[in-house]
Amino acid sequence: MGHGVTWGEFFFPGLAHLLAAYGIDPIPAIDALIVSVLLILLAVLGGRRFRATPMLEPDGRPSPAFLLESLLGGMLAFFSTVIRHGARGLFFLLGGFAFFIFGNNAIGLIPGFNPPTDQYSVTITLALITFLTAHFIGIRTHGASYVKKFMGPVWWLAPLMTPIELISHLVRPLSLSMRLFGNMTGDHQVLLIFSTLLAVGLPIPFLGLGLFVSLLQTFVFVLLSAVYFQDAMEHAH
Amino acid sequence: MKRKALAFLALLLTVLASPLYAAEGMETFGLALGAGLAVSLGALGGGIGQGLATAAAVEGIARNPNASDKIFVPMILGLALIESLVIYGLVIAFLLQGKI
Repeated sequence: MGHGVTWGEFFFPGLAHLLAAYGIDPIPAIDALIVSVLLILLAVLGGRRFRATPMLEPDGRPSPAFLLESLLGGMLAFFSTVIRHGARGLFFLLGGFAFFIFGNNAIGLIPGFNPPTDQYSVTITLALITFLTAHFIGIRTHGASYVKKFMGPVWWLAPLMTPIELISHLVRPLSLSMRLFGNMTGDHQVLLIFSTLLAVGLPIPFLGLGLFVSLLQTFVFVLLSAVYFQDAMEHAH
Repeated sequence: MKRKALAFLALLLTVLASPLYAAEGMETFGLALGAGLAVSLGALGGGIGQGLATAAAVEGIARNPNASDKIFVPMILGLALIESLVIYGLVIAFLLQGKI
């Protein structure tokens, strides 16, 4: 299926040609850059009141700073229920995943943008970050006895449990990436087909579905990442 | 007697279908059939699984409405994990359909 015209190519044709000259597919790259710039703007503008003064009382008005504060506080509380110790250190990674994945998913709902997460290269990168971080945390917490986790509860089950545990650990980044990739690709194709049928009115339920699926897939990715981190950190049976 | 008739019928159909094996459109037929079956069978199993998961969650909420917040997160996680199996089928269907 052709990609049509995108805003990225419309406003930044020079950047598209530059990226294509280096062999990088320009469409997901420019859309990912646009999302990243929007997220940086959100961080800078939302945190401006907190940077001005260290003592800040909520004054009851819904300003972006306080909305962001309650959102981030809610996320930290939620991660603390999954990761019992050390949620604060991992909060930066998990919160970054959440905003990045949600921004990238949701930008596909705007006509003229393709969600960068419907490229397998983006999702496998995110899943590999989770995989490597989980094992790094496990080795840092347990040291060399991290391999004991793969051997199961009793020592004489080790030859059976080790291949099973290894395979299940290796499948985790694959399943994380394929879940996000397949959901976003399928959703975008469905939206495309129904928008081609009738551009006014018919895509409304599919835009709602797309927003719901974007949010849900972000939630599932971040929740599963937190579960993998907790699984790597907790002491063996 | 019935088994012999059935075996003879199967052999007859195989012999009658042998010209089809050399047809030019056979590869496209196989890819298209595979793509169609991949999504449909995946959706069949996934639909049943998600129905069971949601039924159990809703029954839990009906028994104990105060626990609805605690039931919500595992229900969403379970639904997304079941749905991911359906999505694997969809990805295979896209891969097959791209080869036509």
